[in-house]
Amino acid sequence: MKIRIRFRKFSIMKYIGHLDILRYFQKCMRRAGIDISYSGGFSPHQIMSFAAPLGVGLTSDGEYLDIAVESSEASKVSVDKLNAVMVPGMEILSYRKLDDSEKNAMSVVACADYNVFLKDEYEKKCNTALDIDSLREKKKAFYDDAKEILVTKQTKKSEKVMDLKALVYEFEINENDGRIVYYIKLSTGSVDNVKPELFLKAFYDFMNIEFDENAYQIHRLDLYCMKDDRLISLSETGEEIE
Amino acid sequence: MEKLALSDDILLKVDKPARYIGNEFNMVVKDKEHVAIRFVMCFPDVYEIGMSHLGIQILYDMMNKRDDVYCERVYSPWTDLHAIMKEKDIPLFALESQDPIKDFDFLGITIQYEMCYTNILQVLDLSKIPLLAKDRKDHDTIVIGGGPCATNPEPIADFFDMFYIGEGETSYDELFELTKEWKNMGYSRDEFLMKAANIPGIYVPKFYHPTYDENGLITSFDHDEGVPATIKRQVVSDLSLAPYPSKPLVPFIKATQDRVVLEIQRGCIRGCRFCQAGMIYRPNREKDIEVLKKNAYEMLTNTGHEEISLSSLSSSDYTDLEELVNFLIDNFKDKGVNISLPSLRIDAFSLDVMSKVQDIKKSSVTFAPEAGSQRMRNVINKGLTEEVILKGAGLAFEGGWNKVKLYFMLGLPTETKDDMRAIAILANEIAKEYYDIVPKEKRQGKCQITISTSFFVPKPFTPFQWEKMYTPEHYLDCAKTVNDAVSEQLNRKSIKYNWHHADVTVLEGVFARGDRRLSKVLLKAYESGCLFDSWTETFDMDKWLKAFESEGLTMEEYTLRERSEDEILPWDFIDCGVTKAFLLRERKNAYAETVTPNCRQQCSGCGSARYNGGVCFENKN
Repeated sequence: MKIRIRFRKFSIMKYIGHLDILRYFQKCMRRAGIDISYSGGFSPHQIMSFAAPLGVGLTSDGEYLDIAVESSEASKVSVDKLNAVMVPGMEILSYRKLDDSEKNAMSVVACADYNVFLKDEYEKKCNTALDIDSLREKKKAFYDDAKEILVTKQTKKSEKVMDLKALVYEFEINENDGRIVYYIKLSTGSVDNVKPELFLKAFYDFMNIEFDENAYQIHRLDLYCMKDDRLISLSETGEEIE
Repeated sequence: MEKLALSDDILLKVDKPARYIGNEFNMVVKDKEHVAIRFVMCFPDVYEIGMSHLGIQILYDMMNKRDDVYCERVYSPWTDLHAIMKEKDIPLFALESQDPIKDFDFLGITIQYEMCYTNILQVLDLSKIPLLAKDRKDHDTIVIGGGPCATNPEPIADFFDMFYIGEGETSYDELFELTKEWKNMGYSRDEFLMKAANIPGIYVPKFYHPTYDENGLITSFDHDEGVPATIKRQVVSDLSLAPYPSKPLVPFIKATQDRVVLEIQRGCIRGCRFCQAGMIYRPNREKDIEVLKKNAYEMLTNTGHEEISLSSLSSSDYTDLEELVNFLIDNFKDKGVNISLPSLRIDAFSLDVMSKVQDIKKSSVTFAPEAGSQRMRNVINKGLTEEVILKGAGLAFEGGWNKVKLYFMLGLPTETKDDMRAIAILANEIAKEYYDIVPKEKRQGKCQITISTSFFVPKPFTPFQWEKMYTPEHYLDCAKTVNDAVSEQLNRKSIKYNWHHADVTVLEGVFARGDRRLSKVLLKAYESGCLFDSWTETFDMDKWLKAFESEGLTMEEYTLRERSEDEILPWDFIDCGVTKAFLLRERKNAYAETVTPNCRQQCSGCGSARYNGGVCFENKN
């Protein structure tokens, strides 16, 4: 049976890297008594895969992992059992059964959305001279009215020119508690992967303002896949086990 | 978000920030306002090594079971963070509360090996605790040391307010009661230390005064009035009743020991004459098998670890080993739990078990003959014979293994070139056994015999505590002799030889049997930048040589000199159970190449029977 689990990663857990989160969940499955399936061989490993690895320093409300289980209790019971063995900074949000024909999360992810904002310790020293209205004006010129936004992405082997206009689906500038929050929804996955910091840097370059990547907290909100030509949250895939 | 001691910027800049944030599963959280005593336990090496240490897990659990004590942890910041903390003047902090170390009542440092001594100074320095105990004031943190190196605490005596000599399970309650009394009554630090010095096992160096003659030999070791002349090493008499953690901490990053550790016994019946652990952890005490089954089940359930490892000096000597191993396999193998069995004697039983728990094609069988010739093995009292090794290896080859690891020591007392060459000859015999036993069509290529040698360092409280060591050049000559002998063997292409660096061995030897005069050398070495000396990338022999020179001492006066049997040794004031008379008897037996029977065969009257436990009382009611 295939199961898709949604979880949050926040607070000081942002310093724990993806591979360690993988090891963390392997132990959580045993602690919670989830009847997870193992591969064969002399060193069997749990059948488990993650949707889109989150880098060190990022937080998220929409992380997903798929597991295979031999048997399962109700979704609610499993969520509670897993939450009972979490550390502060990790929270299980849902546990849903997938259809056997469903592809794994990693291969279906098409899009992710993020909030990006200045970290507390940078807020004072880094606040740009621009207020929200002028930022929105710049944004209109940079994004809304643009036909294409070409950037060169440096990879290990080559350079690649990408059109961000086609890959960034939404870009908004919001205000929350007097803090400017960029909302960015963009293409993610194995084909056209865009990182939010790459897009923001292009925006700052456009404004001729220096962009300090370390100053911004990037918070992933959710991951999406295509279903019937429509983007839906991965949390809407599968069904609750009653 | 919980407040961290390090800023986001720093944490995202340093290697493995998980070393510094705590928050591990099973971390103990207490309200620091509602405890009487704050204790921070330190392993003075990097987090991944410190988190692998069983002793801290035991003490962390034991202390935190008390409502009035909050025990937290700290490890050595790696060199990248060390530089940042120095530059930005950030005080060292505990992982749990992220509070500065100097806010704590106690800093407990476990001292597992000599090459961590400069890291102790780093921890004190970054904590802003005066490095020298004599400079600390009434309200400064009490620095207490423990662990195997505390059996000769003298080289680091100046940096510690007190040492706990022996096993931590016995005397901490008494120390904590005294501490509460101290805080309530408000007497001075010295009054507190004087009272503490009368708790069994507590050594307060400032009340003891060695004097030296012009050659650096100890002429007297006086003590102040009101403290005992001898410190009695503390030993748990019944290990089955001793506290053991049921919820060990589970680190996020991969620790060196990323598994449940089940201590099945303490001490060893064998009495190898080079082995300090085999002497100071006497008597051998087995844990009841039912207690072990319960421990194993609880720890695996509460951690989710995918591996459990048995811990002891010689697992094969545990009486109910077969039952225990079968219990673990029957109950946990199907749940994806690996079972790791170090320090097993290779025989039909262990090979059968190993074939169930590991992949034969990938694994190897290990022997630790420690010396190549039978003569030399008799000297060190290593009861393993060539016949037993060849039989074990033969069984392993028949069972499908083709990798063998062999461990030896060089630089042992009375060692000759023939003894060294015997290492290569033994390896050749094992390879020959493979080609004789396994028919060509069944062989998976050549067999692989790996020889590793380390250089012998004489340790306190062993029959070899009086022996001299050698120069680095001599050690490397020994290694060359072995290497040349390997290349002369018929099966040389099946044999690989690894040896260690000699510099670290010499330094380890200096501190293992050093005296209090070395404290100032350590201070100098730390000030000149020595840190993480057990790591090859950070070890710097030149700085050490300069530190010795500037303090007017030499390494050679500690290493190249054979101690006379009536000399006052720096650790003589400690009573470790085993008596000097026994150690001297064993020394004579070594020179006579006489094997001493193990504790189950015959009691040799070592002195540790007075601890009223373990093998000394087996089958006696």
